[in-house]
Amino acid sequence: MDNNRRKFLKLAGLTAVAGVAAPVALNSLAQASGGHGGGHAAPAAEAHGGHGEAAPTGVRWGMVIDTTKFNATPGLAEKCMDACHGYHNVPHFPVKKDEIKWLWTEKFENAFPEHTQNKRNDLTANGNFLVSCNHCDNPPCVKACPTRATFKNSEGIIVMDFHRCIGCRFCMAACPYGARSFNWRSPRGSHDGVPFIKEINPRFPTRMRGVVEKCNFCAGHLKRGELPLCVQTANKGAEGAMVFGDLNDPNSAVSKVLRKRFTIQRKPSAGTKPSLFYIV
Amino acid sequence: MVDKILKGNGLYWAWVVMLLGVMSAGALAYVAQFNYGLGATGMSRDVSWGLYISQFTFLVGVAAGGLMLVLPYYIHHYKAFSRITILGEFMAIAAIVMCLLFIMADLGQPMRALNVVFHAQPGSMLFYDMIVLNGYLFLNLLCGFVILHAEYKGIKYPTWLKPFIYLSIPWAISIHTVTAFLYCGLPGRHFWLTAILAPRFLASAFAAGPSLLLVIALIMKQTANFDVGQTAKDKLVTIIGYATIVNFFFVICEVFVGYYSQIPGHLHTIQYLYVGLTHHGETYNNLVPFMQASNILGLTGLGVLFYSRKLQSDGYLALACSMIFIALWIDKGLGLVLGGFVPTPLEHIVEYYPTLIEVLIVAGVWGTGAFVLTLLYKMVVAVKRHSESNLEIT
Repeated sequence: MDNNRRKFLKLAGLTAVAGVAAPVALNSLAQASGGHGGGHAAPAAEAHGGHGEAAPTGVRWGMVIDTTKFNATPGLAEKCMDACHGYHNVPHFPVKKDEIKWLWTEKFENAFPEHTQNKRNDLTANGNFLVSCNHCDNPPCVKACPTRATFKNSEGIIVMDFHRCIGCRFCMAACPYGARSFNWRSPRGSHDGVPFIKEINPRFPTRMRGVVEKCNFCAGHLKRGELPLCVQTANKGAEGAMVFGDLNDPNSAVSKVLRKRFTIQRKPSAGTKPSLFYIV
Repeated sequence: MVDKILKGNGLYWAWVVMLLGVMSAGALAYVAQFNYGLGATGMSRDVSWGLYISQFTFLVGVAAGGLMLVLPYYIHHYKAFSRITILGEFMAIAAIVMCLLFIMADLGQPMRALNVVFHAQPGSMLFYDMIVLNGYLFLNLLCGFVILHAEYKGIKYPTWLKPFIYLSIPWAISIHTVTAFLYCGLPGRHFWLTAILAPRFLASAFAAGPSLLLVIALIMKQTANFDVGQTAKDKLVTIIGYATIVNFFFVICEVFVGYYSQIPGHLHTIQYLYVGLTHHGETYNNLVPFMQASNILGLTGLGVLFYSRKLQSDGYLALACSMIFIALWIDKGLGLVLGGFVPTPLEHIVEYYPTLIEVLIVAGVWGTGAFVLTLLYKMVVAVKRHSESNLEIT
């Protein structure tokens, strides 16, 4: 029970940070410790995109990205990317072929190839859309991995064990979102005196060559009760540009936004049930 | 029996030394790749598998192709294949050795390869591929050597071997089916996401495997005076011919679905492979010459193949088999794997070009396969001659 209580205290904290009144969070805590034996909030079917399947129980972190707010705040997406890549020691290589990225921007037609228009508004014609790992509820990469080096943790986040990965890149072929990068050469090296990792952050491991990596939804930050770095950065620049929370908690900030606003997911037809939702 | 590989003429030794040279070049290139990382190849974030995995995929087919000899000989007691069947079994050994080497060459962390066993994930198709490939290698090593040894002793192979021989038949199907499942179960890759991928792989395998075998058999007829017999050759023409026709039929099915449905995901890769894909005013077509060559070689080869049987000409037969083999090698050993990455899941188009290091490693692995095959066939020829001369004396 202690563990559950801690989880919900964390959840309460997160919800508060996301701009939702504290009583609501306390209410969810009370609900959980009262009614449900498992201590988890009731699943919210409407949190899913696509066909509204019933969500499994347990915590499932998800996020709504309000692309209108990013479009209205030039440079904000870049700040999020820098915060992510800086903290996670994501290297920058001079050659495109070696590229590694966790969080980056794409044009609308690249991020959402299944959504077509005849005429486009300013946002979909010129806007940049932040993309990363979708932390799918039904992740093809996890199924493909022959060593369980990539797996879904207890909170629905798709994480990686860099020390177990054999570098077969089956997960890269399996990901319908192109979210995964491979260390084609050692990221700890340098080129013409310029190190690939500008400044090494000792709080997160650097990788060695020959392993795959991707966004981890700041699993470490979440464990400490903090929001993912992109969410923190985004909300500093434009309140509500990214709303993060538990998709399985009907009272979480993210659930509330999902109930209120029309959102889309990337490639819903792939059946992966992404945990990232976009307001366009 | 094994000592036979140490007795050969000048031509044999020249060939062996040449292969050792190619293998050494490949090994040196691999050392370079090992020290630098897979960035030494032309692969990228967008085309994350290249020549290694495409060669692997093709060679699984070559290994499975041996089935076309084993099945008629052991199940239907087709005696005309008595000399060539053992060649099929040993070719499977060499092909699987190449497959495993290509997999190792492709791993970012080859020293951790055994994690596939230590942390086995039965949901992953690679886990099953490891089982079926190694199992098939074991089955062919066992059956090949026991049968050859029995022949060397002038006796029939022991009865306990029969279950293993019969097991090797469905097993051959399984290796190529599982290899196709690696691809056709991935939700984001439209070109691979087709239920006829495994049947197409098998059709291609049943043409490519016996084609290569016939070419080698005809070379051995010239260099080692080892003749598999005209009846066997004529029958193989039928097998290769129909398998090639089925393969092209499957290709036509894919092209039809892509063009008639006009669904972008189905259409784009086919356009990229056969006519070039235009995207933002730029045309991407680096594989088009290869794919068109594949079609021309395959269809012409088919004609030459049946014509060669009419003429009973070894020269035309070798030409036809080479054409069909190269056609299928391009189709599966280049187009199928590389094409699957174009366009990327983010609708970008990135063309892949292998590096010199990569090509050298590929050559080295093929050289290793040829080396293994040469030694095995040397032994087979010697044993066959030994046992047949014994028969003549008695």
